[in-house]
Amino acid sequence: MSRVTIPIGPQHPALKEPERFMVTVEGETIVDADVRIGHIHRGMEKLFEQRTYMQNIHITERICGICSFTHSTNFCQATEYILGVEPPRRGLYLRTLMNEFERIHSHLLWLGVAGHEMGFDTLLMWSWDDRERILDLFEDITGNRVTHAYNTVGGVRRDITDAQAQRILHTMDILEERTKAYIQVGLNEQTILKRTQGVGILTTADAKRLCAVGPRLRASNVKYDVRKNDPYAAYGELPFEVITSDTLDVHGQLVVRALELLETVNMCRYMIKNLPTGDIRVKVPRKVPPGEAISRTEAPRGEDIHYLRSNGTDKPERLKVRAPTMANILNVAHTLKGANIADIPLIVAGIDPCMGCMDRVLILDRDKETSKVMTKDQLREYSIAWYEKEAYR
Amino acid sequence: MLENVVKWSRVKSPWVCHFNSGSCNGCDIEIIAALMPRFDAERFGVVLKGTPRHADVLLCTGPVTGQMKDRLLKIYEQMPEPKFVIAFGECGCSGAVYTGCYNVEGGIDKVIPVDAYIPGCPPKPEAILDGVVKLLTAFKESE
Ligand code: SF4
Repeated sequence: MSRVTIPIGPQHPALKEPERFMVTVEGETIVDADVRIGHIHRGMEKLFEQRTYMQNIHITERICGICSFTHSTNFCQATEYILGVEPPRRGLYLRTLMNEFERIHSHLLWLGVAGHEMGFDTLLMWSWDDRERILDLFEDITGNRVTHAYNTVGGVRRDITDAQAQRILHTMDILEERTKAYIQVGLNEQTILKRTQGVGILTTADAKRLCAVGPRLRASNVKYDVRKNDPYAAYGELPFEVITSDTLDVHGQLVVRALELLETVNMCRYMIKNLPTGDIRVKVPRKVPPGEAISRTEAPRGEDIHYLRSNGTDKPERLKVRAPTMANILNVAHTLKGANIADIPLIVAGIDPCMGCMDRVLILDRDKETSKVMTKDQLREYSIAWYEKEAYR
Repeated sequence: MLENVVKWSRVKSPWVCHFNSGSCNGCDIEIIAALMPRFDAERFGVVLKGTPRHADVLLCTGPVTGQMKDRLLKIYEQMPEPKFVIAFGECGCSGAVYTGCYNVEGGIDKVIPVDAYIPGCPPKPEAILDGVVKLLTAFKESE
């Protein structure tokens, strides 16, 4: 059977964000897949160097609108490491609480998107409706639904009141009930089982070799979670389990995320009940002494790393961000091989890709032998010629 | 006569194509949230379409990165007339936090003509509904 190469994206109904895949197929089966990234490359790492630490907190939030809190936590943490300050315990608890809220909102979002990709739009409507509850809490506590401006170097900006704590507990009760319903749906609903079981298999060895992170890694039966393995903020004091699954497929990812939701709900309850009293932030100097630090957090999508180098001024010298999708996109290209064309959206959605996070890295030409930088026009001409050639082959 | 029918159907059911030109996703999830049960923009007949060829309205987010600029133009050209463009979010309106990045154009209107702006970082779904209603009113009054 002849081979056909299909370009998918960057603007494509099945993809929510600009990303581009070149898949080579034989009949319905994918024999090769290549990922092109960089469509959302904005040049933020350069921007960080021109802004002060205070401004950068807000810019790091806008690396990605879905894991905004994780990125700002990471940046604040790295700065705190260099400054040598430790936020007060109440501040750390509140920071952790928000991180967990973000996990709830992100996992529910994923559940909906996965449902949508498999043609189960009812699930999308349900889970996004429940997601609104957590966004309400965000709005209640931080003042904004998506970008919160809640973190700051040395702690958090706003305290919570008793009434807010009660509202949080109430919402957690509802979410627990809903999550249990989703778990039942995920384990028993034929639509989901038929579409996800055995799809997008990534073996444990491959997951380790390709450096997968987050739920994708845990669904490949590797027990690794930054919250447990290298506790930051208040995670060292919280009781929770790291969820893994041994089915290795997209269904495993669904189960991992759903069970993680339950863990998270319990963690939030624990944090509210054991919230320490005292200050929420310490004052820090505007200028940061020379030094460097690495900070890691477990974003909803996996391990997120910030490397920060300071030079004694009020602006960082370098901030390097390694977002989880960057680590996971490699294994997508791998798992796509051998899959069915119709499963592409689901496998891609499986890792919960977040291009906004990843695309600060620009890879122009991955072919080592002829590596050269082309201007955009050259590149465009080249691509047109290439497509024409491809079309007649 | 036919024109009236077209206009009527456009006002009753504007089809929207969403295009991400390099946003942080904050705006994109809010757009989807606006279509979900809580806010339910479908009440106004708004349907999200995958292809620009079927769309009346192009809902653009993001500050337009170097890579997406040509694609944005291409998508815009593919839309049938009359076409409307909404710049959604602060960075789609003016570049906002990304001002000074080396790879951004700084707003949708630097590349294609924009009919409506919805500011906010990200705008709340209520703002989206407000924008949609305003646009529909403009539709109705347009020739
Ligand atoms: S306006 Fe703000 S939230 Fe929306 S895409 Fe731009 S930076 Fe993100």
